[in-house]
Amino acid sequence: MGKTDTNIAGICTPAPGEAGRTGEWRDARPVIDPAKCIPEVKGKPACFLCWLYCPEGVVTMTIPVVIDMEYCKGCGICAEECPPNAIQMVREAAIDE
Amino acid sequence: MHETIFKINEKEYILPGNRACQGCGLSLAYRYILKALRENTIVGIPPSCLCVLHGLYPTTSVIVPALNTTFAGNAASAAGMVAGLRALNKTDITVLALSGDGGTYDIGIQSLSGAAERNTDFIFACYDNEAYMNTGTQRSGATPLGALTTTTPVLTKQDPKKDFLKIMEAHHIPYLATVSPAYPIDLYDKFVKAKKIRGTRYIQIDTPCPPGWGYPTKDTVKIGKLAVETGLFILFEIEDGRFRFTGRSKTMAERGKLLPLVNYVERQGRFKKMSIEQLGTLQASVNSRWEECLKRAEG
Amino acid sequence: MSDVRIITGNEAAALAVKLARPGVIAAYPITPQTKLAEVLSEYVEKGELKAEYVRVESEHSSLTVCISASTVGARVFTATSSNGLLYMHEQLHWAAGSRVPVVMCCVNRGVGAPWSIFNDQQDSFSQRDTGWIQIYCRDNQEILDTVLQAYRIAEEVYLPVMVCYDGFVLSHTMMPVDVPDEALVGEFLPPYRPRTTLSPENPVTINPVFFASRRENAEGVLCDGYMEMRYKLQDALDRSRAAITAASDEWAKLSGRDHGGMLWEYRTGDADLLLTGMGSIATEATLAADALRAEGIRAGVVGIRVFRPFPREEAVRAFAQARAIAVFEKCISYGYEGGVCSDLKAAFYGTGMKAPIHNYIAGLGGRDVKTRELVEAARGTFAAAEAGEAGNRTIWLNCHTG
Repeated sequence: MGKTDTNIAGICTPAPGEAGRTGEWRDARPVIDPAKCIPEVKGKPACFLCWLYCPEGVVTMTIPVVIDMEYCKGCGICAEECPPNAIQMVREAAIDE
Repeated sequence: MHETIFKINEKEYILPGNRACQGCGLSLAYRYILKALRENTIVGIPPSCLCVLHGLYPTTSVIVPALNTTFAGNAASAAGMVAGLRALNKTDITVLALSGDGGTYDIGIQSLSGAAERNTDFIFACYDNEAYMNTGTQRSGATPLGALTTTTPVLTKQDPKKDFLKIMEAHHIPYLATVSPAYPIDLYDKFVKAKKIRGTRYIQIDTPCPPGWGYPTKDTVKIGKLAVETGLFILFEIEDGRFRFTGRSKTMAERGKLLPLVNYVERQGRFKKMSIEQLGTLQASVNSRWEECLKRAEG
Repeated sequence: MSDVRIITGNEAAALAVKLARPGVIAAYPITPQTKLAEVLSEYVEKGELKAEYVRVESEHSSLTVCISASTVGARVFTATSSNGLLYMHEQLHWAAGSRVPVVMCCVNRGVGAPWSIFNDQQDSFSQRDTGWIQIYCRDNQEILDTVLQAYRIAEEVYLPVMVCYDGFVLSHTMMPVDVPDEALVGEFLPPYRPRTTLSPENPVTINPVFFASRRENAEGVLCDGYMEMRYKLQDALDRSRAAITAASDEWAKLSGRDHGGMLWEYRTGDADLLLTGMGSIATEATLAADALRAEGIRAGVVGIRVFRPFPREEAVRAFAQARAIAVFEKCISYGYEGGVCSDLKAAFYGTGMKAPIHNYIAGLGGRDVKTRELVEAARGTFAAAEAGEAGNRTIWLNCHTG
C-alpha cells in the first residue's frame, strides 16, 4: 500500500490486536497451579482442555501451559472446565495491589 | 476424548485481540471451523457478530479470505463465489457462508432456500445464538419460547422457535448436521467431513452467548453441554437422508435419559420470566422430538 | 464484413453478452427483460456460451451473485426491469461501493404501485444516485454496441455500468442490427483483470464496517474513513467520462458506428429550439425536429446518452445557443420535477443560460408518445420563448390532469 491508502474498496489485512490490547478487558486473570496441571504433573501431552475450550486461542498446547496475557479476555472458561481445578481466576486489582 | 484432541489441526486462523465478547460461543466454534476447513476456504459474512469479529477497516482478525455482503444475501453471495470460482477452474476452494440465526431463519431464508434448491456446492453454517445479538439481542425466528429479548422485553417470546432443521431437511441436501462449541471435536470432525462432500451442506451451530442469554462468561461450555444433555439441542447428522446421532447425543440415545430442561433454563437470565406453562410446552416438544429421533436412528 | 440480422432489443443484448463471454450470468425473469434471460440460458445450455448460469430465486440475489463472482475474478452479467431493479436496490449501492465491474441491462419499465408492465424510465432513473454509470440506448444497434462498450468501460474504471433500453419499444421491436464478429470484439475488449481478488494466497477481508474517521493499519499507514472511500467512488465517476468517450471513439473506429459518447447532437448547429431526452424518445424527437424545421423553426435534438456521470460540460456546450429548450422525459423525481431537466438546469447555472426550459413528463406506464405531440409541445415552448415568457414549466404530456 505504500504511505497512502490506495484501496478503492474496503480491503482489510490481518493483524493481531484489531480491538486493541484485549487483556485490558479483564477483571480477573487465569493462574495455573503447576502442581495440579495434568500435563505438567505427567510430564507429557495430556488433557489440554484449557487449550481446547479457549475461545481466543491464547492458550498454548505446551508444557508448561502458557496463556497470552496481552490478549486473554479473562472469560474464565479455562478455569471452569479444568478437571483438576488447576486454574484459578485471580482478580486483576488484587494482582496490582 | 483426550486422545483425539491431538488430531486437531494446531494452526490458529483467528488472531487474538479481536472484537468478540469474552466467552463468545461463536469465537470458540469459528476457531474449530477454520481449523477443519483450513487455508483453501473463502468465508461469506453478513452483517452480524461475525462481521465484527472479523474486524473493522483497515485490519482483520482472521487469516482466511472473507467477503462481507448484505444481510439477506449471504447464501447468494456464496453461490456467486462458487460460480465464479468454477468459471475460473479454481475448484479446490471451499466456500463457507456463515450467518447468524437472523441471516438464516429470517431475512436470509430466501437466498438460502434458493441456493439449497439448486444444490449449490457450498457449506452454509448457521451460528444460532437465538436472537439478533450483534445489534443488542432483538428477537429472531430462532428465539426460544419464553425468552426475554429487547423486542420481547415484558411478555417473553410467545411463539416457538422455528424448526429450521426440518426446513433444511425438506431441501433434500446431501449433508445436514448439528454441532456445538461445547463439543469442539465433534464440531471439527463434521466440518472436516463436510469439506469433502459435494453439493449443499448445512450445519447448525448451537451458539451460547453470555450477554444475550444472561449467564457468566465462564459458563459458555457448561450451557452448551446442558443444551445437549437436556435434549434441547441434538447432535446428529443426516447424510443422503440417513439420520445418525453423534457424540454426546449418541451416548445419551444408547444409555441415558434427558436431563430435565429446568437445569438449562434456570441458569440463564433470558428465561427468568418464563412461565410454568411455557416450560411445560417446551419440555413436551423436547421430549417428543427426542422420541422421534430415537425412532429414526433405529430405522 | 457485415452480418445484419433483424432482431429485437433483447436479442441484440443477448448477442452482445455472448460476444463478451462472461464467466457468470445470474438473472431472474421479469417482463420485458424475460426474453433476454431466456435467450442467454439457451446459449449456455446449447454450449454456445460457456458460462455458469445461476438461476437465482430473486433479483436481489442475481446482483449479489454477480458482485461476489466478479470479486473472485469472473466477468459477469445480469439484467432486469422495473420492480426487479427496485428489489436489488441495496445491491446497486453495494456493487458501486465494492467497485466491481458488473454490467447490467435495465429494460426500462414503469414501477408499481400501481402495476405497469409497459415502458417508462422511472426504474433506472430512480437509481441514479447509487454510483452506477448509466447509458441510455436509442435503438437495437446501439444496445448491442453499448453492452460491449460497457464491459470495456466498467473493467477499466472499476465501476458497474447499467445499459438501459426502453421496454417493448426496443426490447420487443425488431430492427436491423449489424452483429460484429468475435475477432472485432477481441480487438476491442481485453480480458477482465480483477483489481481485488479473494484467494487463499492473500487472505484479506473485503467490505467490512468502516469508522467515520481515518485509522492506521498495522503498518502505520493512515487508512481511509468511510467518507474517503465514498469520495473515491465519486472521483472515479468523474474520471470515467474519459473512459466512456474513449470507448465510444474506439468502437466507432473499429465498427464504423458512432453513438456519440456522453451525448449526441442532431441538427443542433444553427438551432434556436432544442429538444432533449434519453433513449427512444430522443430518437422520436429527431423526427419532431425535422417536422419543426419544415415549419420554419430551427430545431435540433441533444440526446443524453450517458445520464450518470452527467455530461455537464458537454451539455453546457451543446445547449449554449438555444433560445428555448424542451426536455422530454419518461420519469420524474416525485415532489419536484423531471431529473434530466433538473440536472440540465444545474449544469447551466452560472453560465448565463437565459432560454426558458420546459419539462415534459411523457409516456409514463407505456402511454404512447407520438411525434406530433412532441412537435406541438416543442412548438409551444418556442412560442413562449419568442413571446418573452420567462420561467420554467413542468407539463404532463397527453395526460388528463383534471
